[in-house]
Amino acid sequence: MDLIRYQTPDAAPWSALDRWSNLRDDLNSFFDMPFWSSFGRTGQLFTGWSPALDIYESGDHLIAVVELPGMRKEDIDISLHDGTLTISGERKRESTDGEKAQRTERYVGTFRRSIALPTRVDAGKVSASYENGILKVTLPKAEEAKPKQIKVS
Amino acid sequence: MNTLTREIRESDRAHAEQFATPPASVTEIGDGYMLEIEMPGVKKDGLEISVEINELTIIGRSSLPAVEGTLIHRESRPENFRRVFDLDPSIDANKISAKIDQGLVTLTLPKAEHVKPRKITVS
Repeated sequence: MDLIRYQTPDAAPWSALDRWSNLRDDLNSFFDMPFWSSFGRTGQLFTGWSPALDIYESGDHLIAVVELPGMRKEDIDISLHDGTLTISGERKRESTDGEKAQRTERYVGTFRRSIALPTRVDAGKVSASYENGILKVTLPKAEEAKPKQIKVS
Repeated sequence: MNTLTREIRESDRAHAEQFATPPASVTEIGDGYMLEIEMPGVKKDGLEISVEINELTIIGRSSLPAVEGTLIHRESRPENFRRVFDLDPSIDANKISAKIDQGLVTLTLPKAEHVKPRKITVS
């Protein structure tokens, strides 16, 4: 036997539940919104701006590739702490008088991405470039993390 | 006034090539509109903009050299980018201009002369 008799959610008799069903309706209508499909990654909705990050690994380095379209080089910060790479920054809105936004899908403001690197890297030799809206961070592996050939003597 | 931009949804069409839909913003400025579309990894020569029967299509193809190594974590999408908009009749399609800077496409879409507000002097 059920502890609580089943009620169809649409006809919840208690006001406390009404509140939840309203919330559910709000969420449903949100998902029905036409712009929904234009979000490539759902993460963008809930965390503001979460730029896509790819990691490549080769024998002696890791490369992080981050999509950051329309930024200025000066507004991107890269830091490395305890094996965690953090890329943060701010995209500023340049607005002039008499503008009227008709559609705003581009995120403006700050972002922050952190990723724990799978191997140790040499923090002193990290380099980065920003071209065509793509940030590329090259992280040479620490000596002890590089693959080694051991000869049988 | 209508917006620039009634969007033509990707699902309305059947296409062989799959495209990603990048974020876009439209701003009305003075005598026209500014359309910004994010296309990271796209260079000038990978950009294809066309107007056909009042339909504005922007396609961006990434032309980055492959990164050395094995991809061990991926969030980016492999597809090329495409957005399609219906042009508002007030826009002069012959005067649309575009530029791309750091993966951000900016289109300037001026209104046609006849729809601009005009002062009429009483003689």
